[in-house]
Amino acid sequence: MMSGEKMVNTQEYALAVEGNLVCNGTALAQAIKLDVPLSFWGGYDSESGTIIDASHPNRGQSMAGKILVMQRGRGSSSSSSVLAEAIRAGTGPVGIVLAENDPIIVLGALVAGELYGIHCPIIVTPAEQFDRITDGDMLSIAGTQ
Amino acid sequence: MLEGECGKAAAFSMRILSQFAAVMGAEELIDISSAHIDGCLYHGQTSLDFVDRLIADGGRVRVPTTLNVGSLDLIHPELFLGEKQVATAGKRLMEAHIELGCEPSFTCAPYQLEKRPKFGEQIVWAESNAIVFANSVLGARTNRYGDFIDLCAAITGRGPYAGLHKTENRRGQIVFRLTGFSNALLHEDMLCAVLGYFVGSKAGNSIAVIDGLPSTINEDQLKAFGAAAASTGSVALFHVVGVTPEAPTLQAALQGQPPEQVVEVRPEDLWTSFQSLSMARHGASITAVALGTPHFSLTEFEYLHKLLQAYSGTPKAGFYISTGRYVLWELEQRQLDKFFNERGIQIVLDTCTYVSPVIREMDGVIMTNSAKWAHYAPGNIGAKVAFGSMAECVRSAYEGKICWNESIWSGK
Repeated sequence: MMSGEKMVNTQEYALAVEGNLVCNGTALAQAIKLDVPLSFWGGYDSESGTIIDASHPNRGQSMAGKILVMQRGRGSSSSSSVLAEAIRAGTGPVGIVLAENDPIIVLGALVAGELYGIHCPIIVTPAEQFDRITDGDMLSIAGTQ
Repeated sequence: MLEGECGKAAAFSMRILSQFAAVMGAEELIDISSAHIDGCLYHGQTSLDFVDRLIADGGRVRVPTTLNVGSLDLIHPELFLGEKQVATAGKRLMEAHIELGCEPSFTCAPYQLEKRPKFGEQIVWAESNAIVFANSVLGARTNRYGDFIDLCAAITGRGPYAGLHKTENRRGQIVFRLTGFSNALLHEDMLCAVLGYFVGSKAGNSIAVIDGLPSTINEDQLKAFGAAAASTGSVALFHVVGVTPEAPTLQAALQGQPPEQVVEVRPEDLWTSFQSLSMARHGASITAVALGTPHFSLTEFEYLHKLLQAYSGTPKAGFYISTGRYVLWELEQRQLDKFFNERGIQIVLDTCTYVSPVIREMDGVIMTNSAKWAHYAPGNIGAKVAFGSMAECVRSAYEGKICWNESIWSGK
């Protein structure tokens, strides 16, 4: 987690992600950038909040409290359930940045918002901004709420 | 509907559906004639909360709606070897869907039910193998839908008019041309599963056109092909020239346009795929056989019945078949269920042996004729798998070790 001093300055240093806000909400957190798309179903354990896909380079890492940055979604449509469950349990990301829109991922966040009032914003950002984001960057997503 | 004139549950569902449709790029919603729900498999508290919210708001499905597999066999709950909490929550989730007016079919092969979609019907189906079969073999129209949105569509009776609901988006993109196959190999029943496994890995989410399969290919083989292709890829629609309804000719499958890519498929490509499906060698001992992924059809039971005539008594390895309760009822009417019982074969209903812990012999290699099972079972239930045709699975079960008929591949 961040030090107290850093917390004070985050707003200032955070990169405001721009693009198409496909799921509303606001978020301010550190980025976890995946170089390989992850299927939440079979790839993320919503109980422990860790990537469990054995073949994934980020295996063992957690998205809890972070903004997930990945090119696009992948795999099973049951990923919506796993993402919604992770958002509910607080083991999932607090925001998501994609380069390609993905209805399955958006759906998971929509349902968590509708059922629990926990809003995990999703923004689809153009390639040039997506490429500029590196793992660990402080990001902000500003919704319209 | 959004305003609540059709009830709170319909308004809630429509709110999610319309946002989802916008993300898909759909400009409008259309009426659908049926829905198939995958949300009855338990993934955690959210699964239950979603359905309970709809029930509390007075929800009821507006179109005929079938249910995919759940977390356990409700007819034989004693088979479940997992945590009691999951069994209780899983059972509750399955029953909650019935309360919403869904049919308790609990099958991943709803296209094997008597009432199934007809050509051109607009539907919202979930479960990758059901989606690909409905689109490709029945010629009905659905996108790859999944949890939550399937039920929102069933409650509202509407679906997003985008993607594969539109004719122009159903054009074949990549042609897979079979070259150099012997007649025997072309008619081998496991060929389609292996071909599907290969095609899925190359096609991704493109629409594949298969050229060169015999016109005698049956629905069980098309089922195996689609399930495999939707496991290694995100294939939602394929065409088989001279077989599937939108592909009377190659030209028709491509809607008169040139293909984006042509891939030559040779027997050695499929031999490589075949080998990659197994984690053990010829002659290695096996502890169980798992058939019925997707759910075993009546014709598959008939074929198995015929294969078993060459053997007597019970097999050395455990023997499991996943199927739907409607298929079992047909077996009971024909008094065939007793035969399989006497052979020590465990018929598992309402669920599947790779999502529900029911196999007792997990300490060794498990053989299957399903490329989908071979693909998912290692990750899902930690199984060590071997793949073979149904005939090879039966022989291996009786011998207690992997018995492949490798000559089928050398005759290329």
